[in-house]
Amino acid sequence: MNERRLDGNAVGGLLGEIFTFEATTAEGACDRCGTVAHVGEVMAYVSEIGTVVRCASCDNALIRVALNPRGYFLDLRGFSYLRFER
Amino acid sequence: MTGEVRRLPLRLAWRIGEVVETRPATPRTRSLFLDVPGWEGHKAGQHVDLRLTAEDGYQAQRSYSIASAPEDERIELVVERLDDGEVSPYLTDELRAGDRLELRGPIGGWFAWEAADGGPLFLVAGGSGIAPLMSMIRHRAAGSEAPCRLLYSSRSREETIFADELDRLAGSDGSLEVVHTLTRSQPPGWTGYDRRIDGEMLAEVAPSPDEGSRTFVCGPTPLVESVATALVGLGHDASRIKTERFGPTGG
Repeated sequence: MNERRLDGNAVGGLLGEIFTFEATTAEGACDRCGTVAHVGEVMAYVSEIGTVVRCASCDNALIRVALNPRGYFLDLRGFSYLRFER
Repeated sequence: MTGEVRRLPLRLAWRIGEVVETRPATPRTRSLFLDVPGWEGHKAGQHVDLRLTAEDGYQAQRSYSIASAPEDERIELVVERLDDGEVSPYLTDELRAGDRLELRGPIGGWFAWEAADGGPLFLVAGGSGIAPLMSMIRHRAAGSEAPCRLLYSSRSREETIFADELDRLAGSDGSLEVVHTLTRSQPPGWTGYDRRIDGEMLAEVAPSPDEGSRTFVCGPTPLVESVATALVGLGHDASRIKTERFGPTGG
């Protein structure tokens, strides 16, 4: 599988398809270790089967997105909260 | 992708840009100049997503930072040729003026700078990571007086993207400083840095943490992470350091 190791900036387009706010400037707290970071600054892993955005401190999966003919599958369980501009 | 089915903002809808010019930037990189009808402008630091579709329908998508200033008419992207890449060899070797490219953007907001944000700016680039920082430098040249210092790591002078333009800009603007480090080969008589960016170099080149610079770091992942860590170790405020990494794989 061809997986690319990028960061949250690179998945701004994909997340923009889903959220109405600018996702790279949103700030989230990792539900596992509590680290707070902007989506733009953490690692993202992009492959044919989907995209995973991970916590910079503990590698917990913060955002998982898969897209298939049935639609988007979005898993945000890795966050305890996500804060974004009004 | 089913994005087109939903009503996305124009910047996220796939649309067609026309390649108006391509020219080599260095032996391994090429500048692509695009004209995108209806383009509403970008912030320095933002990128576009490009999408290529093969005859059998297979699609590959990549993000490329915009190197042109918001004030420029054409969008400039810098593509580094990765020999085993799926996308970059096509963009550097095959694409010609007059060809069309599917793209969307501008994308991103975190790794971005506008003149109104103010300075001073401290920019750190590795290789083609110069692209979004060049957009900031060009944007700044178009009307900001924020002091700006660039630390730029390249393999050699020949592989330094935008070398001549950076010399020219720095030569005519006392508040823009450009510090190069050439990691593999140096021209005769070179007295500058000749190694990878490290903590000692950053201690010498980075503005004092008291100056509260806005810092942007872009390059390969190891460079970005070592620079960010070293700057925090030197007392810089982590919340003023913004990073953008690109992986050398799969391009």
